[in-house]
Amino acid sequence: MLPYPHRHLLALQGLEPPYIADLLDLAESYALLNRSGKTQRDLLKGQTLINLFFEDSTRTRTSFELAGKRLGADVINMSVSTSSVNKGETLLDTASTLNAMHCDLLVVRHAQSGAPALLSQKVDAAVINAGDGTHEHPTQALLDALTIRRHKGQLENLTVAICGDVLHSRVARSNIHLLTTMNCRVRVVGPPALLPAEVERLGVEVFHDMKGGLAGADVVMMLRLQKERMAGGLVPSAREYFRFYGLDAAKLAQAKPDAIVMHPGPMNRGVEIDSAVADDPTRSVIGEQVEMGVAVRMAVLDTLSRNTRRNARL
Amino acid sequence: MTPMRDTIFVNARLLDPGAGLDAPGSLLVSRGLIADHGGALGIPEGAEVVECGGAVLAPGLIDLRAALGEPGAEYRETIESAAVAAAAGGITTLCALPDTQPALDDPALLQFVLRRGEATGSLSILPYGAATKGCAGKEISEFGLLREAGAIAFSDGSRAIAEARTMRLALSYARAFGTFVVQHPEEPSLARGGAATEGELATRLGLPGIPPAAEAMMVARDIALARLTRGHVHFAHVSTAAALDLIRAAKAEGLAVTCDTAPPYFDLNETAIGDFRTYAKLSPPLRRDADRLAVVAALADGTVDAIASDHQPADPDDKRLPFAQASAGGTGLATLLGITLARVHGEDLALPDALALLTCRPAKLLGLEAGRLARGAPADLLLFDPERAWKVEAGRLPGKAQNSPFDGRALEGRVLGTWKAGRRVFG
Repeated sequence: MLPYPHRHLLALQGLEPPYIADLLDLAESYALLNRSGKTQRDLLKGQTLINLFFEDSTRTRTSFELAGKRLGADVINMSVSTSSVNKGETLLDTASTLNAMHCDLLVVRHAQSGAPALLSQKVDAAVINAGDGTHEHPTQALLDALTIRRHKGQLENLTVAICGDVLHSRVARSNIHLLTTMNCRVRVVGPPALLPAEVERLGVEVFHDMKGGLAGADVVMMLRLQKERMAGGLVPSAREYFRFYGLDAAKLAQAKPDAIVMHPGPMNRGVEIDSAVADDPTRSVIGEQVEMGVAVRMAVLDTLSRNTRRNARL
Repeated sequence: MTPMRDTIFVNARLLDPGAGLDAPGSLLVSRGLIADHGGALGIPEGAEVVECGGAVLAPGLIDLRAALGEPGAEYRETIESAAVAAAAGGITTLCALPDTQPALDDPALLQFVLRRGEATGSLSILPYGAATKGCAGKEISEFGLLREAGAIAFSDGSRAIAEARTMRLALSYARAFGTFVVQHPEEPSLARGGAATEGELATRLGLPGIPPAAEAMMVARDIALARLTRGHVHFAHVSTAAALDLIRAAKAEGLAVTCDTAPPYFDLNETAIGDFRTYAKLSPPLRRDADRLAVVAALADGTVDAIASDHQPADPDDKRLPFAQASAGGTGLATLLGITLARVHGEDLALPDALALLTCRPAKLLGLEAGRLARGAPADLLLFDPERAWKVEAGRLPGKAQNSPFDGRALEGRVLGTWKAGRRVFG
């Protein structure tokens, strides 16, 4: 294994294939370990992991918490209200507080793109981006890749359709970076108003209809459509969105017969995905994504803390 | 107070683009006025001699557009500190934006800024009047009274005058007082919440984008209103090829349309925001390189009437924020000349043409006597070495505000000295 080349995990853009493969291999081994029921290794014993969440998230926070605890770290959850008078001051004030606490691993979620990068310049801890604005969500893409790899045996040459609100999705961006780096054929599918400008320059194919976008796909990845997008007028109504971009059995029939269905959660049933598809055990791997989330986060914590110790020795 | 000694600048390269003068010679200042200049001036008895060593002696620069912290944001910049930075940048006349707190929509406020400018002794500050009350974009302000009080022209500063009807009224009303309206050309409904130019880079960074067309469509609308009203519209910090094409065509049509741009738009492109570098967050946002090149071309072909510093002071706390939350704008006073000279070194502009954009051309636009080396004119002078190298370092710039988008930029062309009405104010 090559030593991971960064102090933090802020983004997948620019991360080279061998490092992604290493993280996925390590995560795979943690997935097996977790299934075997063996936990509480003492790898991170005496290390402090802080979950710093400026935005609500039960799922990701719990996943990091579990990952940290399984590796023996002391895990502290900090939720910072986003309604504070001055969000920015809170961010940097928090950084100095964290330094005083001698935190080793810092997991950050923030509603603003680039906030973890800004924090990483001010804290001594290794920073893990747990989702920043509409920028990136690296561990989500890693867990998605691991889930895909377990089902399809490899990532290379697969066709992955990422569907829905790509514009506001950090999950989509991280997945695009990871999957294109690993030589997947990536498509984005959605109405033009929900696709970011010049997204094709990220190496993806653009579709505005589900029929064409899903044709022959190995993986169908649905994105959450947030209710406020409809309020913002980007989509006229939930029923129109579901009719044309919601995943149901008829649209899924365009994909390969063994295509898997993914969703980063939480789902809006009946908006971007039909319950019949979401709950179909032969197609949906949504539950497994959650399981792989813990394994991937263990691998990331392991890798970064190993890196920090190695750098300390140097 | 002892009477001012005469000063004679010897061995200078006298450069006055407005008069077509570019020749070696001397310049004599007496009682704060330019008394004479030429190739063979004698040195009067008792005069202070400034040996220029072949450096360029030019009119002090006229900055068409700068935001000052006063009144209301003194933590960012004071007029006093802006004057220090301006002197170091060779600027002797500066037009101050009116979108302060409170906005300069009342003659008393305008006179306050004028007095504060006079008190610096180094910088003539010519405030814009607020085009609309409170710069809120609704009702036009008292152009006549503000003009009498010294308003150089009218603008809502960094806010666009959004409603077509309001802009129409402002343009037609300005005609009555022989003045013009400065627009921040950006369609607000397309720019709202935006932090960077829409496109690949903003997509990668996950930043809300502003489409470049937001500029062109406001320019197109206001050109139509200039045609309708026969009023004079001036577009500030124009940054896109599409907008410049429209302005070029409007000028060819003979409409009263003028524009300026600012150094970031011909020296930097959007990649300067890099990994969320908030010092490069500007309004309008930095563009892609094709637009930057179009700005360079528009400087060369005369479409652009002036280069303004577009100085926007910010406090570190305004900038040490996640990118979309950080305030937009960069300092520009100390780097105005150096960045402009980079286009001379890059052979896009001849030195006299570059200097014209900082002196006689904004002077003509504003109807000022300044910006010339004319006998009898106030001795507002700038001495600079076009070749001397220096490096822009945020944190070590003159004045209080340090938020330069050019941090780390190596430049050739340094101000050696600045004189205001014959008195040395820098160097």
